[in-house]
Amino acid sequence: MSEQKKKTTIILFSGDYDKAMAAYIIANGAAAYDHEVTIFHTFWGLNALRKDSTVPVKKGLLEKMFAKMMPRGADRMGLSRMNFGGIGAKLIKRVIKKHNAVPLPQLIDMAKEQGIKLVACQMTVDLLGLQQDELIDGIEFAGVAAYLADASEGNVNLFI
Amino acid sequence: MNADKVLDAKGFACPMPVVRAKKAIDELEAGQVLEVHTTDKGSKNDLTAWAKASGHTVVNMKEENGVFTFWIKKG
Repeated sequence: MSEQKKKTTIILFSGDYDKAMAAYIIANGAAAYDHEVTIFHTFWGLNALRKDSTVPVKKGLLEKMFAKMMPRGADRMGLSRMNFGGIGAKLIKRVIKKHNAVPLPQLIDMAKEQGIKLVACQMTVDLLGLQQDELIDGIEFAGVAAYLADASEGNVNLFI
Repeated sequence: MNADKVLDAKGFACPMPVVRAKKAIDELEAGQVLEVHTTDKGSKNDLTAWAKASGHTVVNMKEENGVFTFWIKKG
């Protein structure tokens, strides 16, 4: 068992609750497989890393609008289908509970516990006007080269 | 069958059985046996595949009243 660990990388582009849930379930499964796991969050996927509380930061008008219109944290994300203005997301959370599945915020906590590397794409963090203080602790900031360094050694590479 | 550690993962859905099993087996020495109880129907294939890929051996498995029991020997 001393050979080098296998690697899994996931790009989370989507800001949908269901898609992010799939990404984090695969990531946690891969960590249980003893893979080194990286989730690279870009564009709408960055919302999964937002703190759910408002953080006082200085922003321009456009950035403020973005911040208002995007979900603040994993628990506020909507479904990719049948969201019905947020009712769908509420219902799916009820079903998740009923089936004893793990809701997204807990999946993210579990990912951190399992040592999964959570990366925020710096370029899109800037584009969306997000600031480091608005994102949860314990994440890294990087770009395409850092992603490719991990992905080129990856045994499983997914784009979600 | 004698187990060195018992893990109750009944009621848990994917990916919890495998995540818990990984945590539990990390605390064992090679050659020791982990007993896992699950109710998730997917866990039958999941735990078997996980054990194989991680170098462990499923020594025995049974299904009784919807509860799956696995004995996994750490590799």
